[in-house]
Amino acid sequence: MKPIAVKDLCMSFGAVQVLHDVSFDVAAGECFGLVGESGSGKSTVLRCMSLLQGQWTGEVSIGGVRVRDMPLNDRCRMVQMVFQDPYGSLHPRHSVATVLSEPLKIHGLDRANERMAQAMIDVGLPVDFLDRFPHQLSGGQRQRVAIARALILEPDVVLLDEPTSALDVSVQAEILNLLSRLRTDKGFTYIMVSHDLSVVDHMCERFAVMQSGRIVEILPREAIPTNAARDPYARELIGASLAYERAV
Amino acid sequence: MTLATDTTRPRRMPQSLIAARNIVGFLLRSPTSAFGLFVLAVLILTAIFAPLLATHDPFLQDLQNPLQPPGDGHLFGTDELGRDIYSRLVYGSRISLMIIFLVSIVVGPIGLFVGAISGYFGGWWDTILMRVTDIFLSFPSLILSLAFVAALGPSLNNAIIAISLTAWPPIARLARAETLTFRSADYISAARLQGASSARIIWKSIVPMCLPSVLIRLTLNMATVILTAAGLGFLGLGAKPPTPEWGAMIATGRRYMIDHWWLVTFPGLAILSVSLAFNLLGDGLRDALDPKQMNKR
Repeated sequence: MKPIAVKDLCMSFGAVQVLHDVSFDVAAGECFGLVGESGSGKSTVLRCMSLLQGQWTGEVSIGGVRVRDMPLNDRCRMVQMVFQDPYGSLHPRHSVATVLSEPLKIHGLDRANERMAQAMIDVGLPVDFLDRFPHQLSGGQRQRVAIARALILEPDVVLLDEPTSALDVSVQAEILNLLSRLRTDKGFTYIMVSHDLSVVDHMCERFAVMQSGRIVEILPREAIPTNAARDPYARELIGASLAYERAV
Repeated sequence: MTLATDTTRPRRMPQSLIAARNIVGFLLRSPTSAFGLFVLAVLILTAIFAPLLATHDPFLQDLQNPLQPPGDGHLFGTDELGRDIYSRLVYGSRISLMIIFLVSIVVGPIGLFVGAISGYFGGWWDTILMRVTDIFLSFPSLILSLAFVAALGPSLNNAIIAISLTAWPPIARLARAETLTFRSADYISAARLQGASSARIIWKSIVPMCLPSVLIRLTLNMATVILTAAGLGFLGLGAKPPTPEWGAMIATGRRYMIDHWWLVTFPGLAILSVSLAFNLLGDGLRDALDPKQMNKR
């Protein structure tokens, strides 16, 4: 279990600044949510933290070590990410076995077959699915494979970029329960991007509300049902979500 | 859900064999690509069994009966030196196949490599490699091959080198365009997060995605390659005279064309049918390898 600290994260695409001094702390083993409307920079925060985007300023440290200072291999074994769209995050021509064995080969890990089988069991897929290709799997099964790929390197931190938004509701619940179970079993620290407050309410202890590249307020989970936010935008967002849930 | 079986290893071979069988099956279902496949099969078999199929020695001159019309012991007649045109065509299939094969194995990897690198890295790499590609593309391929052959000296090997040098740019362009559509895909990001090197990402993730369209393009290119080789042969810059190369046969037959039509007609028909076959096969492959068809496999 490793804590995360993000301090003054700024990031620009050319002349447009998309992140303005984003700072937050995540305790070891916590699940921290990032919510906000589309384009508010939630996913960009994750891409910066994982160094998929390199041109940012500020400081991101995991377990007290700055991610920029970590050697590539250490960083990969520290941070992994689960992407939003399970239809785009698996290589269409790689079998599940290839998807899971690649990271093991890159990092020279032993007992590859054992680890792959264990990862499949961890995410609740039958081991003989290793022979399958993505187009032979359903959306939920694909997302399970993507989660297996993230956890096969035994990371401490898993970044979840809207892991359920491309799935239908019943499958969403399965994946969320799987993620919760993995967190208790393996002691992951999660940062979860979502635009669905009920998902955040289910998963996260605390969450940050983002608007146009800024964190406007950091709230505990308990603030959702009572709409205890002080910032007007956060109040509006939570109020809209509550109204939507009542309507449904 | 079934429980774990004892096979945890990926079964690779059956998967690719099944895919190959399905592609051939798909090609055979449409008459045009089936025709292409058929002509290609005939060409390959002819090349392999040329000594059995040829009725005469392709180099044997018979000055007693030059320019014989078809029939009467010579299926397609004889040329100005009394050589059997049918046997020369049969042996010429070996040369055509060799040209196609060598050009393809040179051009495919070069084009794929240049395109994938320039698409994946972008920036300076992209600018430099694409400007080089532009320079090669800005000449008509036959003219550029002519220049190369003129510089290297006329021979079949130099013709192959020259054709290869002019045939890779379209493939590089194609591979680059394909790469650009994949490079920001989540599975590439995931590979980067796993610590994969750029070389590994290009080789394992990008090349397999570009391969179908490059294969299609190569197949369609083979028709052009045959025509360029024939053109070079016709201009006397390809195969040397006694070699039974189809273009060179037309070139020498041209002088007798008015009175002795069979000298140019049969090599011409051979070139026509083979290049048509490759075009049809390429079209068929485009349908067979279409990603939208993937789910049916």
